[in-house]
Amino acid sequence: MRRILFSACAAAVLAIGAAAPITAKAETVAVTNAKILTAGPAGEIASGTVVFKDGKITAVGANVVAPAGARVIDAHGGVVAPGFFATGSLLGAVEVGSLGNDLSVNNPEIGASFDIQYGLNPESGLFPVARLGGLTSAVVLPLPVGGRGGDSDEEDDDASQYTAGPAGEGSKSHALFAGSGAVIDLAGHEVLVTKAKVAMVAPFGQSGARVSGGARGAEFVALKEAFADVRDFMKNKAAYDRAAYRDLALSKGDLEALIPVVEGRMPLVAVVHRASDIRQVLAFAREEHIKVILDGAQEAWLVAPEIAKAGVPVLLNPFDDRPESYEELAATMDNAGRLSAAGVTVAFESTGGSARVRETRYEAGSAVSHGMAYDAAVAAITINPAKIFGVADRTGSLEPGKDADLVIWTGDPFEPLSQPTAVFIHGQAQPMTSRQTELRDRYKDLGRALPPGYTHP
Amino acid sequence: MVRADAFPSTYKAMPSHATAVVGASVFTGTGQLIENGTVLVKDGKVEAVGVGLAVPAGYDTVDAHGKWVTPGLIDAHSHLGVYASPAVPANSDGNELTNPVTAEVWAEHSVWPQDPGFNTARVGGVTTILVLPGSGNLIGGRGVVLRNIPARTVQDMKFPDAPYVLKMACGENPKRVYGSKGRAPSTRMGNVAGYRAAWINAADYQRRWDEYRAKLAKGEKADPPKRDLGLDTLSAVLRGEILVENHCYRADEMAQMIDISKEFGYHVAAFHHAVEAYKIADLLAENHICVATWANWWGGKMEMLDGIEANAALVNAAKGGCAIIKSDDPDLIQRLNQEAAEALAAGRAAGLTISEADAIRWITSNPAKAIGVDKQTGSLEPGKRADLVIWDHDPFSIYARTERVYLDGAVAYDRRDPRYQPRSDFDLGQSGEGVR
Repeated sequence: MRRILFSACAAAVLAIGAAAPITAKAETVAVTNAKILTAGPAGEIASGTVVFKDGKITAVGANVVAPAGARVIDAHGGVVAPGFFATGSLLGAVEVGSLGNDLSVNNPEIGASFDIQYGLNPESGLFPVARLGGLTSAVVLPLPVGGRGGDSDEEDDDASQYTAGPAGEGSKSHALFAGSGAVIDLAGHEVLVTKAKVAMVAPFGQSGARVSGGARGAEFVALKEAFADVRDFMKNKAAYDRAAYRDLALSKGDLEALIPVVEGRMPLVAVVHRASDIRQVLAFAREEHIKVILDGAQEAWLVAPEIAKAGVPVLLNPFDDRPESYEELAATMDNAGRLSAAGVTVAFESTGGSARVRETRYEAGSAVSHGMAYDAAVAAITINPAKIFGVADRTGSLEPGKDADLVIWTGDPFEPLSQPTAVFIHGQAQPMTSRQTELRDRYKDLGRALPPGYTHP
Repeated sequence: MVRADAFPSTYKAMPSHATAVVGASVFTGTGQLIENGTVLVKDGKVEAVGVGLAVPAGYDTVDAHGKWVTPGLIDAHSHLGVYASPAVPANSDGNELTNPVTAEVWAEHSVWPQDPGFNTARVGGVTTILVLPGSGNLIGGRGVVLRNIPARTVQDMKFPDAPYVLKMACGENPKRVYGSKGRAPSTRMGNVAGYRAAWINAADYQRRWDEYRAKLAKGEKADPPKRDLGLDTLSAVLRGEILVENHCYRADEMAQMIDISKEFGYHVAAFHHAVEAYKIADLLAENHICVATWANWWGGKMEMLDGIEANAALVNAAKGGCAIIKSDDPDLIQRLNQEAAEALAAGRAAGLTISEADAIRWITSNPAKAIGVDKQTGSLEPGKRADLVIWDHDPFSIYARTERVYLDGAVAYDRRDPRYQPRSDFDLGQSGEGVR
């Protein structure tokens, strides 16, 4: 991968038109003459400078001066924003949707203990495409056995590209939990995982019913039993190990994996859509003293005050506005704005599959046109997911001390007509090319003497 | 005697007044952007478009200074009504997956007019929709062009005098669907054999009818051949009365389909999805074939792997190229303007010079042409149906929302007036009523 990084830097330098050497580790870079969306306490800075060195941001502000010897990149009045954070991305776990994925497990021994980090591929061809959409980080979450809910059957209209999980097999307690997710960066280098085991995923509503024997009510009974088992297991480990303890439904690995959840250290991502199901999840979290994150949450706006009061964050796709299933009859594009106004921490997730995560910035723009404050929409694809998944000390905003994960844009990054001119991850300039741009350039001129196969970088 | 015009359109325009939309930046759909323009609408038709037009007495004047006007958007590829929301199995009526050639089915017989997606599409500015059968079959059946008005019956939505279309599909879907059933086609060569066999049947059917009619013309006694619904449709394609809309992703397969069309003497109006169209933009332009594609959708399966954002722009750049941005999706149909903006941006990033006035044709006049209604809609030209949209921002901005949508000069949607915010029967009394 080092070879690729090298050419990457060269390409980025070309893209920003700076006649400067490639970004070296020790180099200091100053991006000047930029509108800065910090996504931090400094908010939006109308015109200023961002300085980073050794992969870390060292200064951000209107009056910051480029240090002597720094390589200066003039943003020409464009925008500098934190690299965007893809939620629900599947990145690294799916290459071509129809060929399968590493997101979903149906194994009686491995449910909660499924750890997605080991199956992620940093050399995925989807990373460069995602980066050109301004994305630099992603959380990759397991997909519940039996999918994400709804009452859809298999369609063949080519629009249903969300990677579905394998069908559930009735009541199996291991399937109550889909496993734990990881936060990754999209630099495509060997150090892929920023933080593993960031959250445990569990399906609720229709999808939860599918893994609990067929009805919603059964799931909460099964979950309470599972959590009680975990607590018993914690207290009686020695007896359990001597095989002198009662039988527990979950495997030892799954019980171990759930300890941080029942202790409230690891949040439970509840894939849930309907308002009534959301209320049940909130009540369950209260009773069990666990932390939850709502995922999907098309009807969350109906429960906004309760969600806000509980301090529970929400992952949603602002484009969800149709009664796609009976779980989301009240879906509306106002969901994000209403939740945000009620004080709920919102992050935007892509649900169009890994190939389409570059649409994240358009989700944010559309949320703004449907009532969300601009800075809240910026937060929803930067600092909020970083906070929700426990990496806000590293990334998600432009603040001194954080990783230099940032993107220079020609203008407002939510606008389709704006383009990224440079992408930095940990201060490293990323290539501004992808397999797609190579295909484009190969076929842009169909009048060449030799067949297109002779045109390549 | 069987009626030739079975299931006739009963579309009636909603009530309208003569209207002048004044002061907007007007994208005409013909490649022009008229600043501070006036659009005059009378009797449901565009009367005039220009700068400084006098507003005749008795016209309602709509002050659109600081706003944008486009023709009503046209989606050349939708499954609204046939894959209605909610997406329960009971509403899944888009693919007759019982035979690889089902030319006898008509999408309109599956359209549920109460699909809430028609309303959300109209909020997105879509006034005309081609509803197609799915792509699981080699020949999936007839598609139908609809006026996007709330209606009790699909006949009330059918676009008067629009041609029918035939949905065909290349590639992975048919071979997967039938291969998994252990029957043909299970390969791409099986696909091609299937199309050719169907056209051979159609040509034979046409010949039998021609012979019958020739005998009648000569005063000879003759029995008519037995009517066959599927061959009725296919022979009408061969006579040029029905347009072919061909789902086909890969460049090499599109080239095969062009040769099949030449072998049997029909014309492909548009290749749909066509994510590799940029590889053969010249060939498609030479053959006068439009390309209905996305900017952003790719990678879901092998035949989508080479999709690029600049596809539409590169098709557009070929001399005579006809690019269309379409949805194939009840969510994306609400944002065709955004998808067009993404395609435009990708074209510019590729070094092409493309104006917004040119790019707006990808979601207006070009789809009108590809589905055979360009004489009636798709641009703001005198005499055409007054299908138009007033936007609060430049439609190529992410922040653009429709303020008002007109169909045949009638207000079909008004963002600020609940009287013009229709709700489907399905939405009534549900927790989501009135939120969309």
